[in-house]
Amino acid sequence: MTENFIIEGSLIDRDTLYTLHELCRSSGVHAEVIVEMVEVGLLEPQGRDPAEWRFPSYALARIQSTLRLRRDLEVNLEGAALALELMDEVRRLRARVAMLERQLEAL
Amino acid sequence: MEYKDYYKRLGVSRDASQDEIKRAYRKLARKYHPDVSKEENAEAQFKEVQEAYEVLKDPERREAYDQLGQNWREGQQFRQPPGRDQGGFDFRGGFTGGDAGAFSDFFESLFGGGFRAAGGAGGSRQPRGQDQFARIDISLEDAYSGATRQITLENPEVDAQGQVQVKRRSLNVRIPAGMKQGQQIRLAGQGAMGGDLYLEANIQPHRWFHLDGRDVSLTVPIAPWEAALGAKVAVPTLDGEVSATIPAGAQSGQRLRLKGRGLPGKPAAGDQYLILKIVTPAADTDAAKQLYRQMAETLAFDPRAGAWS
Repeated sequence: MTENFIIEGSLIDRDTLYTLHELCRSSGVHAEVIVEMVEVGLLEPQGRDPAEWRFPSYALARIQSTLRLRRDLEVNLEGAALALELMDEVRRLRARVAMLERQLEAL
Repeated sequence: MEYKDYYKRLGVSRDASQDEIKRAYRKLARKYHPDVSKEENAEAQFKEVQEAYEVLKDPERREAYDQLGQNWREGQQFRQPPGRDQGGFDFRGGFTGGDAGAFSDFFESLFGGGFRAAGGAGGSRQPRGQDQFARIDISLEDAYSGATRQITLENPEVDAQGQVQVKRRSLNVRIPAGMKQGQQIRLAGQGAMGGDLYLEANIQPHRWFHLDGRDVSLTVPIAPWEAALGAKVAVPTLDGEVSATIPAGAQSGQRLRLKGRGLPGKPAAGDQYLILKIVTPAADTDAAKQLYRQMAETLAFDPRAGAWS
């Protein structure tokens, strides 16, 4: 079944911020779990208390990754946080290596 | 359909203990988990490992699988032995859940179907009314200009008999201009059973442009005299060819910036960087050799002056 109209999505901008409520709705995760994720530093919202929290758009992807890691590798939230932080670092380093290699190639 | 050697997949022997199977699975799951793996095809490999574990971790399922006998080989054409109905074992439910979907036909013929999960594009099975995620491959050109793409989703739906059925659905989606790697678009109400659908852009590597955030870089080969004297050279950008000015005295590896020629976006579009690469002509004719000799005599140039001091 093909629908013949074109669907316009809304682009989730780097600048779009989510409240705790919106993040729960989008991720299907209970607020308590998100609070826990904030406590172990997996998510770093702006704002002081949960009612004022504002999360960047990539928080959603982060929550999904955390849940997958927890389910598939049976790690706890701290373990998932460690894995994701190391992965961020690996990605940064890989991007830097790729850039330096391209520059080297030109020499 | 093809036979799958689940023991081989986990790298264990047929008489491995449940503990050994679990250890082997955990190790492979860490190796291929799409969120942490650097392996190619991590997602496909991970699914294979998960499928094998789904069968071998459960003594009942493992026994049913073992009953097929030892003479089957990985990839061999397989059909159910006579006397066994399709999906004769009632193993429905109790799956690890989530992304356990999209197991092979082989698996489904043994243990019952109906559990193929959502998202031909890497999505996952979601409970009722939840949001759905999928990854969509787009070219760098599409990321720059925007495009309309058709995507196909597989959604599990519960029919009148209470069976889970897979429903295929195609959508035409507008990809807005300026999507960055990993950025998502939200399609309200298009997820499984009324949730939202999130599409994450996976920008494909380009033949000559490299993408870094919103910036693109391009290696530009230039002749020694273009580097020395300066030149105007035609270079491709995502918006067509432009003429770039190489300043006199340019060196290999130097970067020139073409402002605003990267991916569009707020607050500012990305830039394009030109990485200069000096290419020396081959000295394969007498005339060319003569020119090089003349340079050597006239220029008194030592490229290594001060290099190792």
